[in-house]
Amino acid sequence: MELQINDKTYQITSDAETPLLWVIRDELGMTGTKYGCGLAQCGACSVMVDGEVLRSCVMPVGAMAGRKVTTIEAVTADPVGQKVVDAWVRHQVPQCGYCQSGQVMAATALLKQVAQPSDEQIVGAMVNLCRCGTYNAIKAAMHELSGSTGAPAAATASTTPTAPVAADGMNKAAVAAAAVVGVGAVAAIQWSKTQKAKAGKEQA
Amino acid sequence: MNQPHDLPLNELLPDGEPVNVSRRRFLLASAGTAAGSLVVGFTLPAGNARAQANAAPAAPGTRVPAFLEIRPDNSIHLQSPFVEGGQGIFTAMAQIVGEELDADPARFVVHNAPANDQYKVMDIGIRITGGSMSVRTSYPTMRRVGALARHLLLQAAANQWQVPLESLTTEPGRVMHAASGRSISYGELAPKALDLPNPPLETIKLKDDKQFRWIGKPLARLDVLDKSTGRAQYGIDTQVENMLQAAVQHAPRLGLEVGSIRNEAEVRKMTGVHSVHRLPGAVAVVAERWWNAKRAVEALQVDWSDPGPAPDRRYVPADFSTEGFAEQLAKSTAAVDEAETEGDVTKALAGAKTVVQASYRSQYLNHAQLEPPSATARFNADGTLEMWLPNQAPEMFQAAIAKQTGLPAEKITIHSPLLGGFFGRHFLYETAMPFPQAIQLAKAVGRPVKVIWSREEEFARDTMRPMAVVQFRAGLDDKGFPIAIEAISATEGPTESIANKRNKIDPTALEGLAGKSYQFAHKRIGQRFVKNPPIVGYWRSVGNSMNDFFYEAFLDEIADKGGQDPFDVRLRLLQGNDRLTTLLKAAVDLSGGWKRGPFTAPDGTRRARGVAMAKAFGTETAAIAEVSIENGQVRVHDIWEAIDPGRIVNPAIVEAQVNGAVTLGLSQVLLEEVVYKEGARVARNYDLYPILPPQRMARVHVKIIESGAKMGGIGEPPLPAVPPAVANAVSHLTGQRIRSMPLSHYTFKA
Repeated sequence: MELQINDKTYQITSDAETPLLWVIRDELGMTGTKYGCGLAQCGACSVMVDGEVLRSCVMPVGAMAGRKVTTIEAVTADPVGQKVVDAWVRHQVPQCGYCQSGQVMAATALLKQVAQPSDEQIVGAMVNLCRCGTYNAIKAAMHELSGSTGAPAAATASTTPTAPVAADGMNKAAVAAAAVVGVGAVAAIQWSKTQKAKAGKEQA
Repeated sequence: MNQPHDLPLNELLPDGEPVNVSRRRFLLASAGTAAGSLVVGFTLPAGNARAQANAAPAAPGTRVPAFLEIRPDNSIHLQSPFVEGGQGIFTAMAQIVGEELDADPARFVVHNAPANDQYKVMDIGIRITGGSMSVRTSYPTMRRVGALARHLLLQAAANQWQVPLESLTTEPGRVMHAASGRSISYGELAPKALDLPNPPLETIKLKDDKQFRWIGKPLARLDVLDKSTGRAQYGIDTQVENMLQAAVQHAPRLGLEVGSIRNEAEVRKMTGVHSVHRLPGAVAVVAERWWNAKRAVEALQVDWSDPGPAPDRRYVPADFSTEGFAEQLAKSTAAVDEAETEGDVTKALAGAKTVVQASYRSQYLNHAQLEPPSATARFNADGTLEMWLPNQAPEMFQAAIAKQTGLPAEKITIHSPLLGGFFGRHFLYETAMPFPQAIQLAKAVGRPVKVIWSREEEFARDTMRPMAVVQFRAGLDDKGFPIAIEAISATEGPTESIANKRNKIDPTALEGLAGKSYQFAHKRIGQRFVKNPPIVGYWRSVGNSMNDFFYEAFLDEIADKGGQDPFDVRLRLLQGNDRLTTLLKAAVDLSGGWKRGPFTAPDGTRRARGVAMAKAFGTETAAIAEVSIENGQVRVHDIWEAIDPGRIVNPAIVEAQVNGAVTLGLSQVLLEEVVYKEGARVARNYDLYPILPPQRMARVHVKIIESGAKMGGIGEPPLPAVPPAVANAVSHLTGQRIRSMPLSHYTFKA
């Protein structure tokens, strides 16, 4: 099949069921997109598909026909992506760095859709896991990018006013996380149905 | 660090071994994308090394060319003895070396150094990346590397200009001759400088702290851009020419072996499969691409055989469960080995007005670093073996690989890539490493092989933080003040578990119970040794990760029992200890004054605060947590932490590390636990083993105190005070005593 990644078209030989992640990493040799869990839990594999963030570890490449994939390798070709990277550097976000490709892609996708996201939108979109604990640095970078004048996240003053995370943020974020994963899941299910239908026809 | 790294053609390694440079290169498959850069593990420039090769072996940290290469473009390539895994050690090393070299750390490109005796720069004569030891054990030696290099550059300029060395000075990156107004860059001088013989080491003077230009400053980390753009390369990203990839399926229980495979023929026919293999305790599929290997290996239907337990083999019985093991720990009647005694606890308890007794317990934990383990093995035609593998101890892995393969160590090259998180994961843990599999498979197929463990395999075999059950007793005087404490922990320490033998007490079992600074006239700290079936290992802050939880939570419990305020009790127990009194007060000041609560926050939630202290890895900390209860679960709003590591190199990195340690501490106390049922681990991915997600992160406020005491560690020390600070706040808020982690097991009302 043909796969469009970072404005280039590739002829892919992997099976259609192969997760997009492994096509990107193993067939195309682009290792910036990371494998963390294979279960859409951690978000290290986040890429953009038609401008929306998607967890590539659970997305069959077959579902990507006719869609535009953007990986971390091309993030700075996008002006929004470049801004995100600049903010990541300014706020010294990464520690081990392993989850940061996914974090940067999630941030870029959000800011491409909503130029000035609210705190709730940030909490809802920035759900990827980080074991090193860069969450506060990510929050600070996102607040700057959103133009928010609210509380700095990596707070230094104990008098910081209302928490940027609302009291019920936990639940909203969980819903948002499900939604992020949902994009992938729905596409995968649709693709899977199409495949079954096709197989049925062929058998018949 | 991940820029293309062209090698000067070395003829010799310092130990005189010939080097075939072409073998040290590996190409990344580029596929016409931005990812195709040439990454080379390391180089040991040969000039000076060759000159010295015939002399007696040089002391670690004295061969400048083993550490530094200065290119004509004035970039400075440093081989770091310590592996970068997010703790910022590459930047700290650049600051330390750059300070004495008089070169801007921002010009440094830092690499993980290969296995070699030159890099055993720690004051304990080895080199590992762990125990929060990198900077504090190598600080003078690594400064001397910079100072030596500066001296060689000065000498080269003196030779070139025919002027006395004493008439020369440096400015960052340049040698200056004030008398003639001449100057020359390090890059121009380096080819002539690094071949020169060292001056006598005792003539090398290090800077006075007051002269520091970069040490002590919050310099930006060197690897942040690469890590924000996907260019950073980790072990899992290793690609070598003609490489195959492998996935494994471990036996459901540790200790089982492959009996028969029912569907091997069918699996061999699956897409992309190269071959099917039997490994110790596992099966493997080798394929051109990893996804195909994974799918195939998971399709293998294996009948596992049970050879039964044996003293020298790691074996988890079929009826093993964490619930049962916790009970076993609680009921242990093993003899108590004493680690620390003071006064007479038995007598003091007999005479105490009140005796408080309680039992506390901790849970097994996964490291859960985001990068799943991998290892790549390549046997070269000249009989050498190259390995790319995440590791915290290159020489130890080299020795282990020598043992496995029968090759001499000098024929084994260890490439140590960036670590995608480690937290103690990448030491030598017998049953938790993919490298023996990679070696076996590479040998079997006659091609390089990369083994990647899926997340599920990682969570089946990761080496866990130990469990412990601690029986406490404390005596209070007639005013309710604690005068005696006893803590007996039923546990096994990581060091004795890894070694698989019990000698005397393993300090990593009891640190944080033993070694506390509170003054008790009577104390007794001991261990009942209880062997774990699986191996337990080092997890960020090791014994302190649980022991300070036990101790500091019990301290609040006895304070409450005696009607004392926990902050006051700590101050009194630290009377005369200026350093810790200052530290504790600094944490309290940072939080706006001691305010235990419960109180109602502006948003209407009921909140309380808890306090705790810890000493770990040479550094002192005090933390305060503010919590509320939300939907029956704990929300941590703020952590205020004061940290006194004596002296520091980079305050921005310290603050980042405190944030990281707080995250892991919160994750442990709120969420994490490895559960075994019927000999196997229940959770095999982040769905059933949740780690702290962003929406449960607390704000973190950091106060660094440089008391001037002996330099301590940074990566681990900020963790241990966090779980008890949270537990103490929750106990006070809810009236429900917290004696175990994680708190997700409790249901709270507030």
